Amino acid sequence: MNPTLHQVLVVFGVLFGLFGVGALLTWAERRLLALWQDRYGPNRVGPFGLLQVVADMIKIFSKEDWIPPFADKPVFVLAPLVIMVATLLSFAVVPFAPNIEIANLNIGLLFFLAMSSLSVYGVALAGWASNSKYALLGSLRAVGQMLSYEVFMGLALMGVVAQAGSFGLRDIVLAQRGLWFGVPQFIGLGIFFIAGLAETRRIPFDLPEAESELVAGFHTEYSGMKFAMFFLGEYIAITLIAALTVTLFLGGWLGPWLPPLVWFLLKTFCLVGLFILIRATLPRLRYDQLLELGWKRMLPLALLNLIVTGAVILWRKGV
Amino acid sequence: MNAVFYISAAVAVLATALTVTRANAVHALLYLIVALLAIAMIFFILGAPFVAALEVIIYAGAIMVLFLFVVMMLNAGPRALAQERDWLRPAGWIGPAGLALILFVELLAVLIRAGGVSAAAAPLAPREVSLALFGPYLLGVELASMLLLAGLVGVYHLGRHTEPDEGGKE
Repeated sequence: MNPTLHQVLVVFGVLFGLFGVGALLTWAERRLLALWQDRYGPNRVGPFGLLQVVADMIKIFSKEDWIPPFADKPVFVLAPLVIMVATLLSFAVVPFAPNIEIANLNIGLLFFLAMSSLSVYGVALAGWASNSKYALLGSLRAVGQMLSYEVFMGLALMGVVAQAGSFGLRDIVLAQRGLWFGVPQFIGLGIFFIAGLAETRRIPFDLPEAESELVAGFHTEYSGMKFAMFFLGEYIAITLIAALTVTLFLGGWLGPWLPPLVWFLLKTFCLVGLFILIRATLPRLRYDQLLELGWKRMLPLALLNLIVTGAVILWRKGV
Repeated sequence: MNAVFYISAAVAVLATALTVTRANAVHALLYLIVALLAIAMIFFILGAPFVAALEVIIYAGAIMVLFLFVVMMLNAGPRALAQERDWLRPAGWIGPAGLALILFVELLAVLIRAGGVSAAAAPLAPREVSLALFGPYLLGVELASMLLLAGLVGVYHLGRHTEPDEGGKE
């Protein structure tokens, strides 16, 4: 196939695939939560309630898209866009299969970290522009949480970078041919996954939108399509963290018998299921517990992991 | 590639100008972030992807978020906005603008004398940057890390939770 055409197809395939996955996850999450909590979940519209997604879409498109008169209008409109764009852009460096990848950057991992630090702005600006106290409190919490957890999210990944000898995600997958990095880097895997939960603001780290204290946190004032963008952005972010965990620690597309893309999707959706299982079982942390866990447990552990990894690599080289 | 450079450069200059002239602090910060992103783009085109990524992660992603955090906490109302507008009257910015103009003319003169500087340098991979940082510049890296450690200890001391009955001891 013509390489340009192939590239264009991959770009649009990934984009629409992600929108589809995000929409389907709104249904899958409710069904799985219901399963684990002994309820039915949405099972009325269509087979297994699958058409619930369509019903929700009709509802959200026909809702009034209201901008509060007291809000800072341009920033209010910009905020959900920032989250969506930053999350979608991160997928540009994810290698789905040997020939399905948008950009093979030699700084792929840093690009992901850069985009995830930009998505903080979406949350911060949403809360500030809403000009309401619940939204502001929610976004202040979100900024504190995401900034803290970003620090050791990056540190936890450096062990993988040291072992693979590259920031490029394709090189990292290829370096896992013998053994998945999840085995020697099990501490890094755990820290990255926990930090990923905090970055996507999921239970048990959903303090920025704790409904029992802050109404809905930073997106309290949002409605209609703009609210849907936050919602969809969250599901795409979950898929992103799952896809990256697979790429960095669980061998990416590598696996026997099945085609590479199928392996990648299978592993990714197992991890998304784990995200939902965690939401179904764990309670929410208190804010000081959250920061204490981050700075006093995770950060030293990530540093220790990095030092040991470095020492082992040097010892093996016989320096 | 040249077109991309000129577009990013124009965005950087325009965003920086808007940063200086906005009365609303948050809007000014947003333009500053855009300027930093444009500069990261320029680094990328110049063949320094590692520096470009660090520019986004550290400047746009961490330091500016802290700025934004502080501005949000201050929650400047309409009164602060009016005050800021007052400060932005021509009398205030003619001096700095004049000095900046001198620098700009100097830069132009240097550029014209040099007959156009080529933007095409050899691309620099993360490996080379790291080897330089932890090779000849190791002392600088260690000094910077000590400085950061001092900051960390200071913040921990200031943010320490003191019991109400111990208030006098502090």
